[in-house]
Amino acid sequence: MCRAVDLQRAVLAKNEAAAQILRTELTARGTTVVNLLSSPGSGKTALLERELRLAAERGVSAAALTADLATENDARRLARSGVPVKQVLTDGLCHLEADMVARHLHDWLPESTRLLFVENVGNLVCPAGYDLGESLRVVLASVTEGEDKPLKYPSAFGLAQLVIVTKTDMAEAAEFDETAFRTHVEQVNPGVEVVLSSVRDGRGAGTLLDRALATAEGNRVHTPVMARAGA
Amino acid sequence: MHEMSLAVAVVDQVETAARSRGAIGVSSIELEVGELAGVVADALAFCFELACAGTVVEGAELITRTVPGTARCTPCAEVWPVGMPPCLLCPGCGAAADGLVSGRELQIREVRWADPEASREEAHQPITEES
Repeated sequence: MCRAVDLQRAVLAKNEAAAQILRTELTARGTTVVNLLSSPGSGKTALLERELRLAAERGVSAAALTADLATENDARRLARSGVPVKQVLTDGLCHLEADMVARHLHDWLPESTRLLFVENVGNLVCPAGYDLGESLRVVLASVTEGEDKPLKYPSAFGLAQLVIVTKTDMAEAAEFDETAFRTHVEQVNPGVEVVLSSVRDGRGAGTLLDRALATAEGNRVHTPVMARAGA
Repeated sequence: MHEMSLAVAVVDQVETAARSRGAIGVSSIELEVGELAGVVADALAFCFELACAGTVVEGAELITRTVPGTARCTPCAEVWPVGMPPCLLCPGCGAAADGLVSGRELQIREVRWADPEASREEAHQPITEES
């Protein structure tokens, strides 16, 4: 004879609680977290390197946490911008979780940091489900990845608050159909801003930094339909 | 493959609940998984077997219920199945949905304890949140 108990407990409740605590603590000390998601090779590190360099030039106090399964190559690249950078090695784990971020910030993040960019593990599936205490979630896709990427990874694109198309200098060679891409983004995340960027020709330089600063200043951030549950 | 992390989270939560009740076994765990939760049920079932080994949950049956994604448009008073890949634009007026009604659930719905001694308490009693 067995008895049922109605548990009604969210599987990710622990991560969500940790993320909320982190967001509250960091916001209270004036730090805003930006979570960057994309497939491997979409250009997160290159974009971030450019934006961190701009932040340093403009006197904006920024820092970056970069996650990979292995190697510290990305931290070395990002450190060239001159801002504080820390590498997180996930030892095979495919995504970051809020308590991992919190652990790495402890004893490292300078008190005066205004913007903390978190470069997630290159993966469009697993990181989508994990809140890292961010106030702005950004998803990148490069022009070589195909216009239907938002449909193939609806959770990642559906929960984005900003979408950045990277490597647009190669758009013509890749026969990238921008209209189709925008239509697909609109289908899974109506109203989200899509911006174009190329580190090579300078297109969109400073846009990520501007949006991050606007978020830090308390400007309204896009709320995806997918994040509005129980309507 | 984050299903391993999810399986570990499920086992942890059920273990905690079992401890607080003094349960010594779990007969089954029912999970609600939304179509848009980004979870592969088969992968989760495989990971669950590994995650519960050596715990009080070992041997429990994992029952996964898929919840279809639906969205609402208030002006049209319309609720529609969003499908996969989802379309979050109203089929009536083409405007953005006001929100999802269902589809992102990732929830432990019900646990059946194998031990009758642990079942003296009333079902549906709220469980103290821990860690």
